Amino acid sequence: MADETHYDTHGESKPSADSPKTMGHEWDGIAEFNNPLPRWWVIVFMVCIAWALVFAVVMPSFPAAHRYFGGLLGYSSRADLRANLGETANARSQWLEPMKSLSAPAIVANPELLQVAMRGGEVIFKENCAACHGIGGTGSKGYPALVDDEWMWGGTLPEIVQTITHGVRNEDPNSHNSMMPAFGRDGLLDRAQIATLADYIVAISSGQPGKPEGHTLFEANCAVCHGPKGEGTKENGAPALNNQIWLYGGDRNDIITQINSPRHGVMPTWQGRLTDVDIKQVAIYVHSLGGGK
Amino acid sequence: MTAVVQNSPGAAINAGAEPYLEEIIKKFTVAAVIWGLVGFLAGVYIAFELAFPALNLDLPWTTFGRLRPLHTSAVIFAFGGNVLIGTSFFVVQRTCRASLFGGEPLARFVFWGYQLFIVMAALGYVLGFSQGKEYAEPEWFVDIWLTIVWVAYLAVFLGTILKRSEPHIYVANWFYLAFIVTIALLHIGNNLALPVSFFGAKSYSAYTGVQDAMTQWWYGHNAVGFFLTAGFLGLMYYFVPKRAERPVYSYRLSIVHFWALIFLYIWAGPHHLHYTALPDWAQTLGMAFSVMLWMPSWGGMINGIMTLSGAWDKLRTDPVLRFLVTSVAFYGMSTFEGPLMSIKAVNSLSHYTDWTIGHVHSGALGWVAFISFGALYHLVPILWKRSGLYSMRLVSYHFWIATIGIVLYITSMWISGIMQGLMWRAYDSWGFLQYSFVESVEAMHPYYIVRGLGGVLFLTGGFIMAYNMYRTVRGDVRVEQPFESAPQGAPAE
Repeated sequence: MADETHYDTHGESKPSADSPKTMGHEWDGIAEFNNPLPRWWVIVFMVCIAWALVFAVVMPSFPAAHRYFGGLLGYSSRADLRANLGETANARSQWLEPMKSLSAPAIVANPELLQVAMRGGEVIFKENCAACHGIGGTGSKGYPALVDDEWMWGGTLPEIVQTITHGVRNEDPNSHNSMMPAFGRDGLLDRAQIATLADYIVAISSGQPGKPEGHTLFEANCAVCHGPKGEGTKENGAPALNNQIWLYGGDRNDIITQINSPRHGVMPTWQGRLTDVDIKQVAIYVHSLGGGK
Repeated sequence: MTAVVQNSPGAAINAGAEPYLEEIIKKFTVAAVIWGLVGFLAGVYIAFELAFPALNLDLPWTTFGRLRPLHTSAVIFAFGGNVLIGTSFFVVQRTCRASLFGGEPLARFVFWGYQLFIVMAALGYVLGFSQGKEYAEPEWFVDIWLTIVWVAYLAVFLGTILKRSEPHIYVANWFYLAFIVTIALLHIGNNLALPVSFFGAKSYSAYTGVQDAMTQWWYGHNAVGFFLTAGFLGLMYYFVPKRAERPVYSYRLSIVHFWALIFLYIWAGPHHLHYTALPDWAQTLGMAFSVMLWMPSWGGMINGIMTLSGAWDKLRTDPVLRFLVTSVAFYGMSTFEGPLMSIKAVNSLSHYTDWTIGHVHSGALGWVAFISFGALYHLVPILWKRSGLYSMRLVSYHFWIATIGIVLYITSMWISGIMQGLMWRAYDSWGFLQYSFVESVEAMHPYYIVRGLGGVLFLTGGFIMAYNMYRTVRGDVRVEQPFESAPQGAPAE
């Protein structure tokens, strides 16, 4: 009979006379002791419940139709957040406030402000710019590198501020805007001419003169934007072609693709997303990356 | 009580005329092992995708966003679900001394219907159909199908309890029933949605905004509470005392912690939405209920571990029992960590970090998977009427390899999660954020690799188990040195 079985809960696995009784039921051979609730377990459970009750009184808790009981401490996570953000904003403002009235070059002239702007610019850059331009501004295919001294839209501080503020080819009326004609797709040049032109560009990009027929085509079609020697013009955002810096790749096929049907990069306007002071800081940071003019 | 208690492996005859239905439980066992391997493999793959994003192969079907629900559903619903339904059918028959209500046909409908649900859900994820609710990703038509299958499951289980030959309902069955009923409630409540068209997969949730979020985490938290906790406590209450051959430690504790757990768990969901648009009052209550939940959760651990008193020596010789007991220890650890992480001050550091992932996996790998492995190892020789497993040594290898895997997983996620949390909140002396988000991603890379290796070990253990079970089913017995039993007459510790 199952209810006659006795076990010792502490040591030997053999039933003994003075060990606790089971409940008397057995299911598929499984019996149950009826040990009391462990005292520590009951105490900790009661303490947790008592704590929960106190917590519900001091913190916002019980809901009603349109409002809820706010708690004796008057805690609000929104107020908490505002206070936290206010604290860090205060910490920054003693540095950022003087920057408001200064131009980017004037900030650079002040060693203390420059140090802050470099750090602030780095933070802003990593959060907002690095997704396309890479951490440290190394760039990638289609996204210009910012660490070299080739600037499609100008590399002085005011020019960088202008580019960041208004962006490139976007809905902002002041954004940089230019279009390279699709020479192949729109039938302005035939296949043979494009191939000749590509050969010429490959040549001048490595410092060689290139063939005369290529030079003729270049002067007629490209030089007005990219410059007579392929040195680029920043008014049109036309990159230099006489060096090894390429936005969409520099081998012959890449160049043919670009002449045939050019891609045009877009950069958003940051006005309204970043404050003026943020834009100045990030411009100073970008300017310092290696190629600022 | 006068009934003869059938206690030996292979005893499939109950007191009445009808034999227990065990063919169907074999099917659930096989399905659990296969889906388990699929789920572990998917987990390992996406762990390495996070470390090496190129592994997404630039194909939509293999991106993290689609394979992640495949992994979670495969391990929770396919592996865990088949273990839960299969063992519940086994336990309810034996502890009620009654064969399954509805007989073989209804049980077979539950089995094949549930597998169809899994396949539909998995195909949906990979092909890009998702309603975007975590752990409830399948679209409306899959949800409706699961509801039908689940009602059939409830009918089988409850019907068997109602026609029982035992006067009392065993504690394991309370937990199984709580799991079945609450999951039905959660599933229907969270998945209320309006399909865009009758022949289209897309639907829109019946809730909007923060109410949708709250409904989702009421569901999500209680999927953990009732699927992965209450359900598996049902396994614990049968397989631990059975394997240890000891009575359950305390009937009184099982009653108190059952009702406390069931009542408190259902309110704790808001702790998933700390510091969000959820009103402060709901956040407070979510945290308060989570803290109160600590001891009720531990009641199950106490009952599991203390059941072994007088039988601790068995851990030396029975690696299957080792799986069961270690799972209870992991259960205790993660049910302490959970309330801790629900405290808002801790949550402000841990939320959205890998710490959460580590916490989930200490519960999922350590508790859910380990207790399942223990139960499956116990079941296979009984169901296929073999004298024992093919190899106890292989069970021991599985145990140690998987345990090391878990340790690698959770320690790497603790370090990476706390590091992430600290990096996100670090300010420099000028009031600028110290790190950008992408720098914290970069810093996690080595821990992602360690986590992936932990997963490889866990998966390896799974393959060892599958092989061992395959040989057991074939009827093979490996020639090996048996584990030494404790010297005769010596007191156990």
